[in-house]
Amino acid sequence: MAGITENGREHQHTITALVQNHPGVLARVAGLFARRGFNIESLAVSVTENPEISRMTIVARGDDRVLEQITKQLNKLIEVIRVVDYVEHTAVERELALIKVNAEPKDRSEILQLAEVFRGRVIDVGEKTFLIELTGGPDKIDAFARLMAPYGIREMARTGVIAMARGTKTA
Amino acid sequence: MAKWSGAQILLECLRQEGVEFIFGYPGGAVLPIYDALYDYRDIKHILVRHEQGAAHMADGYARATGKVGVCLVTSGPGATNLITGIATAQMDSIPIVTLTGQVRTTNIGKDAFQETDAIGISMPITKHNYLLKRTEDIPRVIAEAFYIARTGRPGPVLVDIPLDVSLGKIEWDPSQYPKDPDIPSYRPTYKGHEMQIRKAAQAIKEAKRPVLYVGGGAVQSGAQAEVTELSERTNILVTTTLMGKGAIDENHPNSLGMLGMHGTAYANHAVHNCDLLIAVGARFDDRVTGKLDQFAKYAKVIHIDIDPAEIGKVVHCDIPIVGDVKTVLQELLKYVEPRPATEWNRQIMEWKRLFPLVYPKDGQMHAEYVIDEIWRVTEGNAIVTTGVGQHQMWAAQYYKVKRPRQFITSGGLGTMGFGMPAAIGVQLAFPNETVVCIDGDGSFQMTVQELMTAVVYELPIIVAIINNRSLGMVRQWQELFWSERYSEVDLQASPDFVKLAESYGAIGMRVTRAEDVEPALREAMSQRKKPVIIDFVVPTEENVYPMIPSGQSIEQMMLRKDLEQLRASVDTDGEQWSFAEQEEILKQFVEQPARQ
Repeated sequence: MAGITENGREHQHTITALVQNHPGVLARVAGLFARRGFNIESLAVSVTENPEISRMTIVARGDDRVLEQITKQLNKLIEVIRVVDYVEHTAVERELALIKVNAEPKDRSEILQLAEVFRGRVIDVGEKTFLIELTGGPDKIDAFARLMAPYGIREMARTGVIAMARGTKTA
Repeated sequence: MAKWSGAQILLECLRQEGVEFIFGYPGGAVLPIYDALYDYRDIKHILVRHEQGAAHMADGYARATGKVGVCLVTSGPGATNLITGIATAQMDSIPIVTLTGQVRTTNIGKDAFQETDAIGISMPITKHNYLLKRTEDIPRVIAEAFYIARTGRPGPVLVDIPLDVSLGKIEWDPSQYPKDPDIPSYRPTYKGHEMQIRKAAQAIKEAKRPVLYVGGGAVQSGAQAEVTELSERTNILVTTTLMGKGAIDENHPNSLGMLGMHGTAYANHAVHNCDLLIAVGARFDDRVTGKLDQFAKYAKVIHIDIDPAEIGKVVHCDIPIVGDVKTVLQELLKYVEPRPATEWNRQIMEWKRLFPLVYPKDGQMHAEYVIDEIWRVTEGNAIVTTGVGQHQMWAAQYYKVKRPRQFITSGGLGTMGFGMPAAIGVQLAFPNETVVCIDGDGSFQMTVQELMTAVVYELPIIVAIINNRSLGMVRQWQELFWSERYSEVDLQASPDFVKLAESYGAIGMRVTRAEDVEPALREAMSQRKKPVIIDFVVPTEENVYPMIPSGQSIEQMMLRKDLEQLRASVDTDGEQWSFAEQEEILKQFVEQPARQ
């Protein structure tokens, strides 16, 4: 039957795109998302082991049709070499966060303990603040941020997810 | 090795690409290129009057020839004036390469005189674009630009060339020009997947009510013979989109004409009721589908397209086949078995009899009559371009083209003003053909200044203005859907098109009576050196029918109120077949199995 199919369930997908390391590629990818009304949850870019090639990791949300279009439209860009859409558990996902949290003397040991449980590192100590570095899956960072919230998070910066397939498989 | 300037290298690359014409307009940032052009006499430069015209001419040239059209403009306003033309080419997948000048690389980003970010602006409306940073990169980038424009799903490519890059001098050997370059990240698929093709053949075999829905992709890939053969062998009738006109001879009994908003009622009925829709190089535009959940709702869909992103973009597809239309159809024809005409064919023919495409033959000069006459007088051989509006839809309905690349129109973007400059590009490519631009009084005035270009290059294009002194299509919508509140559609105030033509050095004629249409056209066709503007003064109030209101389904299709009377008066010579004749046609197909 023709006509648009029922909107399926929304999933979060992690898409990695290997692209030529040319100026303007990021603008092309970001522009594509904006123009076609796709929502990006995060986008992380950096060069790979080959300086000619960059790797973009894009986290997007949508039903299967939306995700299929995202993948196809990305592939259509001339400078995109390869697009891989990782569904749950087929890839290792990591994100880095820097969290500047209020650290009154009475709270300091508690915060340090919590950071330790999450394998976070305090990388700067101010008179009234800690700056904590944390890596992990987005859920772990979300959970840690929730725990820090009562102390007062002054600033938080997150890199967005980067991902890589498990095992011998490569993008 | 000899020293070459960037501008010289650029022109040498264009020469090696076989570029015959550059449509352009000079300015500061492209002066080195224009200076080099002075010595490149084998590439003919066409000096336009506005950069938009240059883009449409390159586009018209590309649509008519299948080659890559080229235009050259300066930075800033030169580049921005191209935008409408580039977007037009992008929406209809037309291969053009646009060369824009840019300020010196050291000035980029400093809001220099006549600087705009041509790359940023054109990104959403090009297949790809380049900012040249070094003179050394010119050959590679030009080669890639042409290659990308013409391969895969064709489209416009923009190359932005800073002044210092075209001025720069380097040692270069022109024999090193990398024609047909290899771009690792760009590998279009041409051959269809064999399993999928077999599946499609099986689906065709099993279908009870199949229809072919053929789009611009079939024209682009030159698949007329394959489409026709598939239709003849299987007795599956063919409806084409606006862009697909000519993918089968529209005078062929298997042609149902255009479908969609202003398509024929019988094509729309056929698509609505089919159980297998074979979409060939067509992209399910909303002007075709109308209300999506009602479109071909009983049908299984086979979708053949070179662009994987088109498959499943708008409608669900049961059998996707990614590949070049011509190549895929050739493969498909190996598996498709002959199939007799069936009750379904008879049903469609009955719809054709019940809901013909007609207008009153009452001796009045209706717009449809003018187009019918253009078709008759040119014996259906003219290359037709159009503007956008009612006249465009009437032209699509009544000018039954025989071959691909014969009907040149702005489909996707709907660009008013496209017709005349496009006709110039077409006539330059085919100096001996009759080129007719069917235009509207509104559309014509959008790019009227290019008439000068046609006069200067002695191009005998015929511009048939269907003059209803109104923005007719908007007027029609206001009449039908906006309670006849005619807001700002009155074009009573227009120049005298005859005097306007004469002031440009063209020939102007005005026709107000039906009997004068043919003589005027014959006189226009006898001109071989001058453009002719014919102002056909037609009634203001007429609407294009059939019409399916935007976003609605075929159940809301509006037909002429006087269809009943008109149907009785349908003549049987040529344009419409009597039912008896149709049955005769059907019988032929049943008795003579289509050729193998």
